[in-house]
Amino acid sequence: MIEMTGEPSSVRDGLRRAMHSPPLVALAQEDRSTAEIVLAEILNNIAEHAYSAGEGPIRLWLGWAEGRLSCRIEDEGLPMPGGSPPVGRPPRPEDLAEGGFGWHLIRSLAADLAYERARGVNRLCFTLPAEQSVG
Amino acid sequence: MPLKASMQGTTLVIRALDDRIDAAGAIQFKEQMRDLTATPSARVILDLSNVQFLDSSGLGAVVAVMKLLAPQRKLELAGLTPTVEKVFRLTRMDTVFTIHAGVDQGLRQVG
Repeated sequence: MIEMTGEPSSVRDGLRRAMHSPPLVALAQEDRSTAEIVLAEILNNIAEHAYSAGEGPIRLWLGWAEGRLSCRIEDEGLPMPGGSPPVGRPPRPEDLAEGGFGWHLIRSLAADLAYERARGVNRLCFTLPAEQSVG
Repeated sequence: MPLKASMQGTTLVIRALDDRIDAAGAIQFKEQMRDLTATPSARVILDLSNVQFLDSSGLGAVVAVMKLLAPQRKLELAGLTPTVEKVFRLTRMDTVFTIHAGVDQGLRQVG
């Protein structure tokens, strides 16, 4: 389990620790890159939105089995608005939006996304493709 | 977020020296780019060849810099590494930037 605090520099540090630990450290480059994008977007969303009123803990669990990475992320911040993760419709490129890409990236890359809120804890689970690197 | 600027003829080339442009560094990146691009130039190329990782906040900052330069100048990009290229491709923002394989290729091409 990797713990961090819901603010950008702690998220950067927690993500760095995750990328350099099993199972992520052993993944093929392409899958490792996908995992870094998805985890960064989810963790930074928690820092920005769930903890918009103040910092709190984020806990990350990662497991690997049969070509999939299983991820579970918990925080104790505000619940997802409407009780479910955003649909993530991407901004049109020509509009030159400076935000709104995060959930589009997450939904483009992650599968089996499940969110629940219980006893003040947000729990987000999902899987990612994850082949282990050869050699 | 260290950035290094140099004039190559009439083109301002700015090289990102950090290996990531993320939520923790995006605002600083944008502010430094604004300061560095105050130098007049015909073109601006941002060299991202050191940048191994860019998240949606980093992408937003690059878009913001593009808008700061408009309409007089365009922000051109060079040297996208695989993860950075993936973020641009998945968001289709690769369709709104001129992207060069490297700075040298960008300088050879007429903006």
